[in-house]
Amino acid sequence: MTNYHTATVAELSHALHSKKVSSVELTRHFLDRIAAHDRRLNSFITVTTEQALAAAAEADRRIAAGQAGPLTGIPLAQKDIFCTEGVRTSCASRMLDNFIAPYDATTVQRLNAAGMVMLGKTNMDEFAMGSSNETSYYGPVRNPWDLDRVPGGSSGGSAAAVAARLAPIATGTDTGGSIRQPAALCGLTGLKPTYGLVSRYGMIAFASSLDQAGPIAQSAEDAALLLQALAGFDPRDSTSLDRHLPDYRAALDNSDNTSPLVGVRIGVPQEYFGDGLSKGVHDAIAAAIAAYRKLGAETVDITLPNTRYAVPAYYVVAPAECSSNLSRFDGVRFGHRCQDAVDLMDLYKRSRGEGFGAEVKRRIMVGTYVLSAGYYDAYYLQAQKVRRLISDDFRRVFDGQQVDVILGPTAPTTAFRLNDKTSDPLAMYLSDIYTIAVNLAGLPALSMPVRPVEGLPVGLQLIGNYFSEAQLLNVAHQYQRVTTWHRQIPQAYAK
Amino acid sequence: MEWQAVIGLEIHAQLATRSKIFSGAATAYGAAPNTQACAVDLGLPGVLPVLNGEAVRMAVKFGLAIDAQITPRSVFARKNYFYPDLPKGYQISQYELPIVAHGSMEIELEDGTTKTIGIVRAHLEEDAGKSLHEDFHGLTGIDLNRAGTPLIEIVSGPEMHSAKEAVAYMKKIHALVRYLDICDGNMQEGSFRCDANVSVRPLGQEKLGTRAEIKNLNSFRFIERAINHEIARQIELIEGGGKVVQETRLYDAERDETRSMRSKEEAFDYRYFPDPDLLPVELDDKYIEWVRKSLPELPVAKRQRFIDQYGLTSRDATILTASRELADYFERVAKAPGSDAKLAANWVSGELLGALNREARELDQSPVTATMLGGLIARIVDNTISGKIAKEVFAAMWDGEGDCDAIINARGLKQITDSGSIEALIDGILAKNPQQLADYRAGKDKLFGFFVGQVMKASKGQANPAQLNDLLKKKLDS
Repeated sequence: MTNYHTATVAELSHALHSKKVSSVELTRHFLDRIAAHDRRLNSFITVTTEQALAAAAEADRRIAAGQAGPLTGIPLAQKDIFCTEGVRTSCASRMLDNFIAPYDATTVQRLNAAGMVMLGKTNMDEFAMGSSNETSYYGPVRNPWDLDRVPGGSSGGSAAAVAARLAPIATGTDTGGSIRQPAALCGLTGLKPTYGLVSRYGMIAFASSLDQAGPIAQSAEDAALLLQALAGFDPRDSTSLDRHLPDYRAALDNSDNTSPLVGVRIGVPQEYFGDGLSKGVHDAIAAAIAAYRKLGAETVDITLPNTRYAVPAYYVVAPAECSSNLSRFDGVRFGHRCQDAVDLMDLYKRSRGEGFGAEVKRRIMVGTYVLSAGYYDAYYLQAQKVRRLISDDFRRVFDGQQVDVILGPTAPTTAFRLNDKTSDPLAMYLSDIYTIAVNLAGLPALSMPVRPVEGLPVGLQLIGNYFSEAQLLNVAHQYQRVTTWHRQIPQAYAK
Repeated sequence: MEWQAVIGLEIHAQLATRSKIFSGAATAYGAAPNTQACAVDLGLPGVLPVLNGEAVRMAVKFGLAIDAQITPRSVFARKNYFYPDLPKGYQISQYELPIVAHGSMEIELEDGTTKTIGIVRAHLEEDAGKSLHEDFHGLTGIDLNRAGTPLIEIVSGPEMHSAKEAVAYMKKIHALVRYLDICDGNMQEGSFRCDANVSVRPLGQEKLGTRAEIKNLNSFRFIERAINHEIARQIELIEGGGKVVQETRLYDAERDETRSMRSKEEAFDYRYFPDPDLLPVELDDKYIEWVRKSLPELPVAKRQRFIDQYGLTSRDATILTASRELADYFERVAKAPGSDAKLAANWVSGELLGALNREARELDQSPVTATMLGGLIARIVDNTISGKIAKEVFAAMWDGEGDCDAIINARGLKQITDSGSIEALIDGILAKNPQQLADYRAGKDKLFGFFVGQVMKASKGQANPAQLNDLLKKKLDS
């Protein structure tokens, strides 16, 4: 068997179109890899072998008929937060262990229509609440770079699956860093789009005003390809934006210019390099900044003074919204229902008590508290004001200082060990310290791998202005044209 | 001590949109359980609400009709509580920023004076489903067909002081929403219902007493009875040395009493917050003017027009504009070929409403259509039949014997206007009654009526009364 798994989506697309490989062959290849490796990694909750092979056969027909797009026939792993018709959609919760979604999320529809082949549904933190994939009802996911370490979260299964090349690309969702942080910890390129660019319909809500779906990929180019299929107006999502979209892949500059980023201003926020940032990560990011200067970019010192309020504000807004969003899981219509309820209150209490895990319950309680009469103004309303201040910080930098992208670390450390932080929720929450402000402001941001530290990936985060995905991806792409960190594969999975 | 009751109403009117407020499912009443509930109505994981523009337009129409402010930027909020027929665990409503604020409605009191009731706000929200407790052997059935049906909740100020005032206000709102064509007003089906906030205070005292809220009143009769009962209960309680507690009470129509549902301590903390799945509703002047242009003639204007255009009395105009349907019916009768507006007003407010009342029917169930009644009046105007015969024809039409002309022909009720025939009848009667004739001629004028009656009887009531009078007079006095 050829090493298809070492190829990017862009390369696989080329191979499919030039008939060097069929989608069925590719799909079998990845299904075999899942069968061989995933018992250790635990990156999939559900593998949809039969549907995948049928979709691959259909994709091959489309390719033969000349009706294929760039993603037709490409296998894909879907985070188990997206509703997939006829397939269990669990959100990694006991609550939805028995839930077969009766409809496809808009993103799932769009990727199906593009001819992509879903291999299965990936593991995640329960209801996307977590930063290490340890809150899953289906057990933790392991990081392919070091099986004793976490892959990050909440899209840990998607990141681990792509890092181990059990899938060439995957979807994730990002509420406070859930695409970027696992991408960073697993050595991948993950993009959280501008809020409103990708439909949320059919994506099980955690915090509605923060949630956004995006790609977890091997490269900026692959991320551009998947973003193209994901993005677009959806009349079923009132927060979806109706606007003209660029061709993200075509916007990547592939010219011979050796200084392709001349004229690009990169802002480096002092707040992202303070206490808590590990030395190794700091140095790796510093080296990347030097590389960017070589590519012609200008770096500017900037300040985002309200950064320190981002985590506290987030842990008011996100729990508040989740406490309401998760009220529908009541044991009445779908999902887990306790045995032999004696009355309505018993049904609610035990169904929810048994169905939800500890972290989900913690956030529901925090959220219920901050919305309660007498506390709303002090917490929820105050957090919304802070949110505005944080957005204003970014606005000053992008609009006032004419900065094109903001650069910093994605996470303060490399992947930590399993169980390291499970008993200390606050330490866990701080692993998203650099990613959370972006969600509060609704901005796009990506993470991509730079020089590793002691064999573990390091993520660099690029934050752009609203709807600047094309530019963000190009800035990442230029780095990836002159480096190979993004092509590294953990040794055990390279063959 | 003399007591004053203080009453405020929260009226829930279902908006007559074809689809639900946040989904594309149909709103029609009476479908098999859960057949009109789509993924959004079921609150399935991942679904999102999208606002129905028609519901917004209807709410704005209502706001304009009560001279209210249309809020330029209103916000949907989540009202969080658990209930089996509330699929999402929250109801999408409006809280701090309702779409309509500061309106008013004038009501007529029994003594003929009018009173203006303030409407604090009116906001859009979704209805819940229904819990069915019968037929499930100790279990509860859930029907989500109604879940997501658009409602407008109309909140009055605490400005009414008797059950009669409250009912008068509710009837005016009921007529208005039907005039506006934004609610079918069907109270049996729950399309129009209200909660009443009731308190009492010593007459002359400014401060309001502690209120109780009576839930889910769905007929004018129940509202009046429930409020009267509640006022009496509170007065009796206070006079007996007790205190009214703030609570929610349920009216039991069968026992004619209210009973406690939950106290203030047990009241829910709804944890309202702006719904992040929906954008604020921003309405500009252009939109509001566009809606204003679609407003129909409102009751007050229509009543005045009826007086001016048709010469109706104030009383008739009030009766005939009580509902849009009745006003439309009257106008169709009045405008039928050969009809007459004043006669139409008399017949609609008299004979027609009388017959409907007798059989407890709604106007749309009347066997006599406006066209039929207009035809009948035309036959009175053109002297084909007399007013008296017309009542017989009306009754026959009511019983389904056909239209006016068919009945006149079939029953031979056409008025006799041929003077030769009437004279022949008169001659016959005079010949049969020589004594009375002699008495009349001797000065007993009152016997004129006797002769009219005899001749009319001989004509089976069909002789033209005016002609009969003239001819009889000539004969007797000749």
